[in-house]
Amino acid sequence: MLGFLFRRLGDIIPTFFGVTLLVFFLIRLIPGDPILMMAGERGVDAVRYAELKAQYGFDQPVIVQYFDYLIGVFQGDLGKSFVTKKPVIDEFLTLFPATVELATMGILFAVIFGIPFGVLAAIHRGKWIDHLTMSLSLTGYSMPIFWWALLLIMFFSTTLGWTPISGRISVMYFFEPVTGFMLIDSLLSGEKGAFASAFSHLILPTVALGTIPMAVIARMTRSSMLEVLGEEYIRVARAKGLAPMRVIMVHALRNALIPVITVIGLQVGVLLAGAILTETIFSWPGIGKWIIEAMNRRDYPTIQGGILMIAFLVMAVNLIVDLLYGIINPRIRYKR
Amino acid sequence: MKANFVKVALGAGLLAATALAAPTAASAKTLVYCSEGSPEGFNPSLYTAGTTFDASSRQVFNRLVQFKRGTTTIVPGLATSWDVSADGLEYTFNLREGVKFHTTEDFTPTRDFNADDVVFTFMRQFDKDHPYHGVSGGSYEYFNAMSMPDLVKDIVKVDDYTVKFVLNRPEAPFIANMAMDFASVLSAEYADKMMEAGTPEAVDLNPVGTGPFQLVAYQKDAVIRYKAFPEYWEGKAAIDNLIFAITPDSTVRYQKLKAGECHVMPYPNPADLEAMEADADINLMSQEGLNVGYLGYNTAKEPFTDPKVRKALNMAINKDAIIEGVYQGAGSAAKNPIPPTIWSYNNDTVDDPYDPEAAKAMLAEAGYPDGFTTDIWAMPVQRPYNPNARRMAELVQADWAAIGVNAEIVSYEWGEYLERTKKGEQGTFMLGWTGDNGDPDNFLAVLLGCDAVGGSNRAQWCNEEFDNLIQQAKTTSDVLERTRLYEEAQVVFKREAPWATIAHSIVFEPIRNEVVDYKIDPFGGHIFYGVDLAE
Repeated sequence: MLGFLFRRLGDIIPTFFGVTLLVFFLIRLIPGDPILMMAGERGVDAVRYAELKAQYGFDQPVIVQYFDYLIGVFQGDLGKSFVTKKPVIDEFLTLFPATVELATMGILFAVIFGIPFGVLAAIHRGKWIDHLTMSLSLTGYSMPIFWWALLLIMFFSTTLGWTPISGRISVMYFFEPVTGFMLIDSLLSGEKGAFASAFSHLILPTVALGTIPMAVIARMTRSSMLEVLGEEYIRVARAKGLAPMRVIMVHALRNALIPVITVIGLQVGVLLAGAILTETIFSWPGIGKWIIEAMNRRDYPTIQGGILMIAFLVMAVNLIVDLLYGIINPRIRYKR
Repeated sequence: MKANFVKVALGAGLLAATALAAPTAASAKTLVYCSEGSPEGFNPSLYTAGTTFDASSRQVFNRLVQFKRGTTTIVPGLATSWDVSADGLEYTFNLREGVKFHTTEDFTPTRDFNADDVVFTFMRQFDKDHPYHGVSGGSYEYFNAMSMPDLVKDIVKVDDYTVKFVLNRPEAPFIANMAMDFASVLSAEYADKMMEAGTPEAVDLNPVGTGPFQLVAYQKDAVIRYKAFPEYWEGKAAIDNLIFAITPDSTVRYQKLKAGECHVMPYPNPADLEAMEADADINLMSQEGLNVGYLGYNTAKEPFTDPKVRKALNMAINKDAIIEGVYQGAGSAAKNPIPPTIWSYNNDTVDDPYDPEAAKAMLAEAGYPDGFTTDIWAMPVQRPYNPNARRMAELVQADWAAIGVNAEIVSYEWGEYLERTKKGEQGTFMLGWTGDNGDPDNFLAVLLGCDAVGGSNRAQWCNEEFDNLIQQAKTTSDVLERTRLYEEAQVVFKREAPWATIAHSIVFEPIRNEVVDYKIDPFGGHIFYGVDLAE
């Protein structure tokens, strides 16, 4: 198992370099001189322009800038935001728990609903329940997040008044963040109703963000289940007279889950991308919204740092998924 | 399990809805403003974004002179009065006594506001050797953009309550500059204390001002909390707590306003205006913005050197169609280069009428009976003064085609666009301007003065008569005289037509009915001192 872990870690290092390279140079390919963009109609005179260029390090050759950046990255220094002048890593760490909280809820939602839907559709193949769940999941899959989110807000928040519209907790609650996870902090605060407020604020963003992964998981579970259900050992299990529920849950599902876990792992990337839209609409103070704002302001260090951290995270999750395979299916561990 | 989850979720939602108002004391008045974005920081002199000013200068700080709320009129602020020397080179400010600074966790002021604070505030920006000059990145873009480094010669503390600014040249708009956000007065005592503690940046992050509200907490990208400063020199604010709930999506802001989750919201989505108008709980306020969107002619390039050609093209443009199609009604036709909310706006000038026949005749008179070929540069970005330059360019293109002028639409990336128009590569171009200090000079000299050719005067227009008038107006501090000069300058502008003035955008601000005495700020700010909530 340890060897397997090291092999996987070895794969990550070149990918990490690739990402720094890509992020650094791609941003600089976006047209738009950040200094001129910031100055706008007011403009900036030549002397001031040169001063600012030096201040941001743009007077150096790009390759020097890249290596300076890379050296910083390996020392855990992602640079300072052009806009707020604060270290990028600090801002990331402040905002990151909000995204993790939302993404975790999103993936939980997707798994909790997606897998049972998929199983249900598979065992009732060709019947109305199959058609219903699959057409629902296709709809969910094709729904643009921003539109779906607004629809949810208009229906559940504005019309029915069941859920709050946006934010992480009612603005009337005020306590210092301890963990950065609002569900936990609201409990720790001891303020009456704070947890309920935090939880209710999570519902719609969770649904908006979790819908697409849920649809993907449901479809994957269904097809994987169908394949497994056709296997001979299932027939054997049935022939032995095992309870149908036991055959499905124990014999079929466990084996059907392997491709599903791959998909769940891949959905983490999708989820983080979706978080950009979801966070903007629900005014969720996470890293998605943060990166979008940085892009609009051509805040290079923030964009670089943010994307690098996200890429790092996706790699980490995929590593975990790989390790999970090994646990679920021992044969995978020994291959390669 | 599924059913349980749904039950728990719904239950929690309902619970929260009932608990929303619970935790605050019933008597405290809390106004929630759904702001559009996060501030860059809390020291207004370091930044240029309106969002930052809303969060800092407009609530937390004061300036020597201020704009009367809802107007561009200058009134005393931290200075009770000011004198200008006869040669216009010395501005002496008499400071207000008994003004308190906020007390925060890190800082308890031991003295009232005085001249040291003023000197500190400006010297930090002005003097490159000042110990605070380089703190927090040390770029003072507005101070630079208003040419303060060239304009100011010295800043002198005369006594504890008198400060003198010595200028290099007479400049009447100087006083308006002093009312701008970058001129917000910081506490020198706090700065000294933070410098001693080795944390000078704290001055820019945890602001201490003299303003009506003091910052309580900022949770990045989520919420900014303020409380009313009880010892505020103009009297404590009517509301006790002010909360900015940062909500970047305009449609979501509207939903929150509707649901009563906030009281005031900026920048509504034009598509929502009709519904807002019809909503009985919402008062949709509107006012002309302090801006102008225009189409400029490169007057250094043939055939635009001839005013007749420019006039003819002006007459060919159907402005009403543009207001309808580009501004979606949220604009008013512009006839002068300054917006009507600025003093000295000349009501008597007459706009070029929309008359394609007359335009054609005038073009023939100028020697182009068959028209000519040119280009229209369209900005790649959306601006309050021009929400869709591309669409506007297409409309103008069609209008000009009707009189035989064939124009090709050109666009560049924003930074590139600004650089190239500065150099005068364009035939005609779209741009606009939003006023900084409410002084006519800020439009007329910056955009049309001879000194600005090769810079922000992208029409490359230098007219001696016009320039004499605005230069004269700059050197006299008599407002009546200045008004007369600017009115005359607008007549010259209209006659010479370096631009086709297109529109002033209309600013909309929906507020809930319980908000009392909110005023739209012509500078685009959001100011909550003086605002109350009805029970």
